Amino acid sequence: MSIELVDKLTELLKQVTGFIYPNEIQIHWTLLIVVYPYITGLVAGAFILASLVKVFNVKEVQPTYRLAMLTALAFLIVAPLPLLLHLGHPERSYEIFLTPNLSSAMAMFGFVYAWYLMLVLLLEIWFEYRKDMVLWGKTEKFPMNWFYKILSLFSTDISEKAVAFDKKAVKAITIVGIPSAFILHGYVGFIFGSVKANPWWSSVLIPIVFLFSAIVSGIAIVLLLYMIITTSRGKQIDMKCLDRVASFLLYAVIVDFSLEVLDFIHRLYESEESITIITTMVLNKLSISLIVMQILLGMLLPLGILIIVKIFRFNQELRKLLYFVSAIMIQIGIFSTRWNVVIGGQMFSKSFRGLLTYKMEIFGLEGLLMAVFLLILPFLILTVLLKVLPPWGKNNETNTT
Amino acid sequence: MNRRNFVSLLSQLLVFLPFGGTFGAFLKSADKSLTAEAVTGQRYAMGIQISECIGCGRCVVACKTENNVPRKPFFFRTWVERYIIKKDDEVIVQSKDGGVGAFTETVKEKDILRSFFVPKLCNHCDNPPCAQVCPVGATFQTVEGIVLVDENRCIGCSYCIQACPYGARYMHPEKHTADKCTLCYHRIKKGMLPACVEVCPMQARVFGDLNSGASPLARLKRMKNISVLKPGLNTKPKVFYTDLDGEVR
Amino acid sequence: MKIFFTKVPDPIIRLVIVFGVFFGVILFVRGFVIPKELKEKGIHRTSAIERELASEIHYAGSGICAECHDEEYDLKNEGYHQKLSCEVCHGPAMEHTEEPDDFTPPAPRQRKFCPECHTYNPSRPTGFPQINPVAHNPLRPCIDCHNPHDPKPLTVPRECSACHAQIAITKAGSHHVMLECTVCHDTPDEHKSTPRLIRAGKPVKRDLCASCHDKDSGVKEVPKIDVYTHGEKYVCWQCHSPHMPEVNHE
Repeated sequence: MSIELVDKLTELLKQVTGFIYPNEIQIHWTLLIVVYPYITGLVAGAFILASLVKVFNVKEVQPTYRLAMLTALAFLIVAPLPLLLHLGHPERSYEIFLTPNLSSAMAMFGFVYAWYLMLVLLLEIWFEYRKDMVLWGKTEKFPMNWFYKILSLFSTDISEKAVAFDKKAVKAITIVGIPSAFILHGYVGFIFGSVKANPWWSSVLIPIVFLFSAIVSGIAIVLLLYMIITTSRGKQIDMKCLDRVASFLLYAVIVDFSLEVLDFIHRLYESEESITIITTMVLNKLSISLIVMQILLGMLLPLGILIIVKIFRFNQELRKLLYFVSAIMIQIGIFSTRWNVVIGGQMFSKSFRGLLTYKMEIFGLEGLLMAVFLLILPFLILTVLLKVLPPWGKNNETNTT
Repeated sequence: MNRRNFVSLLSQLLVFLPFGGTFGAFLKSADKSLTAEAVTGQRYAMGIQISECIGCGRCVVACKTENNVPRKPFFFRTWVERYIIKKDDEVIVQSKDGGVGAFTETVKEKDILRSFFVPKLCNHCDNPPCAQVCPVGATFQTVEGIVLVDENRCIGCSYCIQACPYGARYMHPEKHTADKCTLCYHRIKKGMLPACVEVCPMQARVFGDLNSGASPLARLKRMKNISVLKPGLNTKPKVFYTDLDGEVR
Repeated sequence: MKIFFTKVPDPIIRLVIVFGVFFGVILFVRGFVIPKELKEKGIHRTSAIERELASEIHYAGSGICAECHDEEYDLKNEGYHQKLSCEVCHGPAMEHTEEPDDFTPPAPRQRKFCPECHTYNPSRPTGFPQINPVAHNPLRPCIDCHNPHDPKPLTVPRECSACHAQIAITKAGSHHVMLECTVCHDTPDEHKSTPRLIRAGKPVKRDLCASCHDKDSGVKEVPKIDVYTHGEKYVCWQCHSPHMPEVNHE
């Protein structure tokens, strides 16, 4: 056993208040496991926003459709990395995919991930871009033309009938995709919600709260990306689209906030055995990340801003600014939500008699720098995706129908 | 093809469907013939008499020696807790170094209402949440009802540690796999007692086979009032406590 | 059949091929590349169980000790320590059973060992013999007075403690616990029937104490002093309390 670990644990032992089971001194699910549900939440949320266009025919949101799909893909590619890095034996991770234990919620990861990545996201993006890819395969220079030809699986048919079929296929996949997105993030919530040993996690509401907070964060990230990318391309932001996205964001925040409040009230009212230690934990260890970051800054403030924007007719510039600010606040808030669920659930002893401390690493595989890298990585991937599959078409041709 | 083969084939096929595994597990749990072997033969368990324990910590030391548990005072396959219930109803629980060495006094004797020691270890649940959540099946129940970890299979995801309500598991600092009490499987299969039972000077720990009619454990279960830890979680523990105080969690 | 194929849209066929290849590879890997023992629970559990069974045994179990150390074993089994297995005090001894000459399990003789179990602690069950190591015969190893294979609380003769219980209790925790009352006190038989008329005697000279504590006495491990020049006109017990002699920590 390394001396650093002994020193670290000795230090942690001094910060224990009350009684914890001796083995509980180590917090096992650390910052990376906070990043994981945050990222999958963005995937599910971005997809839900995109599906509004195709399934519910919300025409105003169309400009964000392709961007949302590519955002979802970029984040989904990164999603398994934090999981992989936190494993004690990452080299054995293939076991989850190939020889899973049937009764484990976590073993469903392979199925859910493969289903969502391949049968929903990739397929939908493929059908959506097929016509463009065929065209780019013809117009681009070598070697990119071959790249597009391979991407389009050498299909060439861009007759009206074929394109109509693509559209139908996209719609069909989206219809399948909505429940799939629910499953993707509901499943992440279920991993926590089904741990009966942990009263902070064990709740049927957790998957649903996860889902709606995912939708909130996904819509907010697409809103942010749309504003940043459009501005950086020197194009005009479609205010109709932005207003519409913002009002969807508002509705999602309202639902999410009600669910979270319901969860809190439910816990307080039932007031089970664990309520004392949970209250102590929330007031001491989570006071900043839960009360200030999650509820005040991440929820109430953007909620207030979005409502005010809805009531008063501000001018465009002010609206943009307010949307931008509230979308950022929401990201901070949702990240805190994940933090409070994941870390909070491990900060109290399962004997309900004491609290322990999480000391974040800076360097190292599970440290802060790695988490920051994993949060930046999807944006790098998105940049590449936007280069390869520009949602706005190439050479000024107008493809965003 | 008999029913058993059919069910396992079906669950093998279902593996390739999303959530197919869940259905497969349902199928399996419904088919009693697959678990029938667990009912016959030996079913090992442990009894702990709280009123006998003197809190000397020999069991903790013996366990660390026998099973090469990391020596530093952070990881335990078994440990001893001391409960002090004060006259003002405040409950103080301690387990410094897992109970190795003396428990230092922190409470004036005149303030103590009652006090006792509680040895703890893996409960080898009949309904083990750790085995249920293990994504790769590294944690499993033997036919004797003992919950073991296959260290060559474990991917080190810590989900089992989160799922155990008793804090009986830890991440082995060198192997990076989950580790826990095996009820000294290598000893009991050779007819010996688990190390902690062997060295308990008060015979507060009683080891035995639940399917045997006459054993110290069978006698204990017949003669004493038996409780288990956190029965409300339906884990069906197989560590049976006598004289267990309501404050013990 | 041909009509059916022509009716399937072209992209679908392409996708089916791609996915078919992909799942084919996965099925192939699961079917032929992954070793059998990872797939079949029965097999991988067998190997895990075998690994577990092969773990080294350190504690031999007390039965085997009797084969050579039958005297100590039998003595222990009749006394208060009958529930204890030998390895509680002597430590893991599997190595000793295999190579008796090369490895000898320790026999803890220091004073700090026994109090691990026998120090007073309010959490310990009532009736379990406990002492306060600070007051109980300080500094002397426990095995000076108690045989660990047959431990007994030392007792003052019944006849004396019947009346002098307070003194008996005090003395039981002192250095003088091993001395019977009559070593120092001259007690005529009549003292038992008419205790107030015929009194038990107290030492009137220093000779009695000197027999152990004089600098020239041959008795080991007792505090020594030049008894005949020390303490002027007094007899020893007029300054020192012989039932609980003061401890001079040097």
